[in-house]
Amino acid sequence: MNVSSAVVRARGLVRTHGRGPGRVRAVDEVDLEVPQGQTLAVMGPSGCGKSTLLHLLGGLERPTGGEVWMDGRRIDTLSERALARMRRRSVGFVFQAFHLVEELTAAENVELPALLAGRSRRQARRRASLLLERVGLADRARHLPSRLSGGQRQRVAVARALVNDPLVVFADEPTGNLDTAATLDVLRIFEDLRAAGQTLVIVTHDERVAATADRLISMRDGMFVDDTRLAGTGTGTGTGTGTGTGTGWLGGLGGLIGLEG
Amino acid sequence: MQDAVLAMLAKEPSHGYHLHARLRRVLGPLGESMNRGQIYVTLARLERAGLVVCERADGLPERPERKVYALTPAGQQRVAAWLAEVGWPKPDLAEFHLKLAAAAAARLADPVELVAAQRRELLRHLREAQQAALAEPAGSGAGLLLEGVALRLQADLRWLDACERAWSGADDEVEGG
Ligand SMILES: Nc1ncnc2c1ncn2[C@@H]1O[C@H](COP(=O)(O)OP(=O)(O)OP(=O)(O)O)[C@@H](O)[C@H]1O
Ligand SMILES: [Mg+2]
Repeated sequence: MNVSSAVVRARGLVRTHGRGPGRVRAVDEVDLEVPQGQTLAVMGPSGCGKSTLLHLLGGLERPTGGEVWMDGRRIDTLSERALARMRRRSVGFVFQAFHLVEELTAAENVELPALLAGRSRRQARRRASLLLERVGLADRARHLPSRLSGGQRQRVAVARALVNDPLVVFADEPTGNLDTAATLDVLRIFEDLRAAGQTLVIVTHDERVAATADRLISMRDGMFVDDTRLAGTGTGTGTGTGTGTGTGWLGGLGGLIGLEG
Repeated sequence: MQDAVLAMLAKEPSHGYHLHARLRRVLGPLGESMNRGQIYVTLARLERAGLVVCERADGLPERPERKVYALTPAGQQRVAAWLAEVGWPKPDLAEFHLKLAAAAAARLADPVELVAAQRRELLRHLREAQQAALAEPAGSGAGLLLEGVALRLQADLRWLDACERAWSGADDEVEGG
């Protein structure tokens, strides 16, 4: 019964690379539950296993040991075909390097996974235009990726990740190639997604991206070394406007900016 | 505070409540704890120091909100000097640094644990600043200030990472150096 309350669940998850003395435990005996609607950020030094973890949870890679469950269904034992189907239907991926198809327009890039999942051309087109609108790119729908800025490409990639209404979106360094303004654009979209109840797992090196999550896991050498709830108990879990924030730490920042005396 | 109030008066003579509203607007969520009384106290101090004069609107009962404040020549000079100043608030990291060193030396607490607790606290602050920044409309002055707050917190968090690396290796050797 608890199985179904978590969208993503891993138990005793292990992933090793290589053999013998050079063997690397990229993910080392990890347990994790991501409840529906949670935004989880994962941070840690380069090489600690963040991408590997994301690939295992999203069914892009198979674990060496342990179990992965998606929406109450075990996925690490699925056949290749069933796994591919699960990926198309239930998860969306956003990568640091965007991974758009250069020959396709923004709209076609977003439509592609919908078509692969068996939607009609019309359905795919409608869904893509809705999502491009949602990420603020309605007027760029016919542009090729080469004619878009990095921030715009990443927003197309986010729209693409959402096209099949995934149970969970996995983002690996989604703002790694973006400047501050473009990062804030992506964060605003994530914030909207969160408000709409989307489950999100974000790997990042950027503390500012991590700070927008509800929960932050720190990884070292394939293991979780810290698991912090960032969403304050009670207040502060809302949208951050008005009442919530003003009464908290920010409102008392007068000292920091030299307003006292 | 005194300098900021003076500089705002450089635009035009102003009522206290008008200054308060302008400050609140520029500061956004960071100005929420500032009340009008603080402005009047500051203005009274500035008046005693000869930096502002106060003109009372004729025939009206004497209430602070009726007064219009203006810069004196001395006040104008002080504003010019303030603008030319390049002083900057110092980040105060020494205290935390000493806390880690003392905790390790006396074996009172694990410095790595102290760093982790501090990181959680700063992350919550950063979250608050970040959410407030996202809630500001593009191009707002308050958003720009929140950006500065967030960048400072980010720098502090990166320093905590360096602290963690240093303390998780060497038992209580960081004191040496
Ligand atoms: N295909 C592979 N073959 C061998 N080793 C691998 C492979 N993929 C990953 N590794 C190793 O697994 C460990 C974890 O890699 P991973 O890419 O998950 O790290 P990461 O935390 O995402 O790092 P970064 O922040 O640099 O992206 C590293 O030591 C890496 O060298
Ligand atoms: Mg990686």
